[in-house]
Amino acid sequence: MTFGETKLGRKKRRNEAIAKVVFLGMALSMILPLVLIVGYLFHQAWPILSLDFLTAMPRRGMRDGGIWPALLGTFYLVTISLVIATPIGVAAAIYLNEYSRDNWFTRLIHLAVVNLAGVPSIVHALFGLGAFVMFAHLGRSILAASLTLAIMTLPVIIASTKEALASVPMAFREACWSVGATRWQTIRGIVLPNSISGILTGIILQVSRAAGETAPIMFTGAVFYKAIPEGRLFAYGLFDQCMALSMHLFTISTQVPEVPPALPFGTAVVLVMTVLLVNAASIALRAWLRSRKKW
Amino acid sequence: MSAPGEFSVTTRQLNLWYGRFQALKEVSVSIRHGLVTSLIGPSGCGKTTLLRCFNRVNERYGNVTTTGEIKILGKNIYDADVSLIELRKCVGMVFQRPNPLPISVYENVLFGLRIHHESGSFPKAQADAIVEQALREVNLWEDLKDQLQARATTLQLEQQQKLCIARLLPLKPEVILMDEPCSALDAKATHRIEELVMGLQERYTFVVVTHNMAQARRISQECIFMLLGEVIEHSATKDLFLHPRQERTSEYIEGRYG
Repeated sequence: MTFGETKLGRKKRRNEAIAKVVFLGMALSMILPLVLIVGYLFHQAWPILSLDFLTAMPRRGMRDGGIWPALLGTFYLVTISLVIATPIGVAAAIYLNEYSRDNWFTRLIHLAVVNLAGVPSIVHALFGLGAFVMFAHLGRSILAASLTLAIMTLPVIIASTKEALASVPMAFREACWSVGATRWQTIRGIVLPNSISGILTGIILQVSRAAGETAPIMFTGAVFYKAIPEGRLFAYGLFDQCMALSMHLFTISTQVPEVPPALPFGTAVVLVMTVLLVNAASIALRAWLRSRKKW
Repeated sequence: MSAPGEFSVTTRQLNLWYGRFQALKEVSVSIRHGLVTSLIGPSGCGKTTLLRCFNRVNERYGNVTTTGEIKILGKNIYDADVSLIELRKCVGMVFQRPNPLPISVYENVLFGLRIHHESGSFPKAQADAIVEQALREVNLWEDLKDQLQARATTLQLEQQQKLCIARLLPLKPEVILMDEPCSALDAKATHRIEELVMGLQERYTFVVVTHNMAQARRISQECIFMLLGEVIEHSATKDLFLHPRQERTSEYIEGRYG
């Protein structure tokens, strides 16, 4: 026996090599758009990027100056919407995963969650306008816009939290029940501590989604321009209108003539980097929490 | 007939359905106090289902209907005034795959007690004594006394399973249910778990589901043979294996099906 390569074997080896290169190429092409987008944005925005750009008011009819009110407005909207959506979403997910049985009622809730997640953001915007701005008399305000964003992020938070809860092995729950623990004791003592990393990741990922949306806040609380004191964190009140990064980007790119191109690109860089940083933070947080749990 | 105190668990005409499928049919058994009783039978015969009835944990798994009566220490556990929490303190369960909680060894042993008491009601010294006693009873104290703060899920499987038994003891259970407690373990570990059960048997009533007929012969004084949801034969283990009264029992123990 010589174990020499046959003709068919050579052909197979060649095909194997080709397949590997093709698949590798496809995988690499996934990073290419991201690198190109970020690179292009930075290249275009370079002249304007500075700390001052972040903390200054727009000037000369938004053709100069910084993005401070938009940055702060986005921060307000995202924070308040998540403060509203998180407790509701996590509680609903706990009910669905830990308490409910499989019957028509819970299937109805699942159906509602899935469909709510699929509703286009412009429809959320109209709903927010009708429900919060007009019906609840909140007016066009940060609160109304945050509530609209909360409704939009809620189904995804429910779904991701439910998935995180479901990843905790059933055996742990059985162990708790078999010594007489109630469901709530089981959830608080064992299920939540072991799923918190997944729950947090799901919530943090919604930060980027809420920060990026324009439509839901456009009708409900975001404005083209709002003068606030520079550099003060508590410049907005709950019932004020506010500027927001996504809306600002839309405004200065399409609605205002003769804006120097570095300005919208600078705004885009801030928006994209915020999203990337938040996502990176969530990955780091998850890795850290995972490293502390082992089973 | 014998005095009522003799039996820890008695069932009368117990029927159980999963949806439309009837998993237990007219089961009437009396399980003696302070003995090891094994439940044997081929897969799907209802032995695990019967076991899970005794602490009513079946009910957590969806569409289950039960009729009939189960008395534990003379009390029907389907009565409206029975608290599941108190029932499960009295009737502990050990699972097929060791399932220590992902917390320290120390906290695993105390877990049951902690959830049944107001927080902070144990002085440290008392808690230490409880942990030591429970671990000594399952022969783990010498192995683990220096790693009480280790995460229980990092222990060897045998130690994990012993810990799962130790976890029940501070609650002072009357009955300990075991669902194939050794099927995830190797031969040596199996042997030591069996010894442990035999050592503890006088203080607790054990009901052990097993696939392993040799194990049933080694550890149990009484044996219940089930087939297709029915109890076929219940007698002293040595009688059941040496002189089975039923044709189907002898066919099973001779290995003609299973």
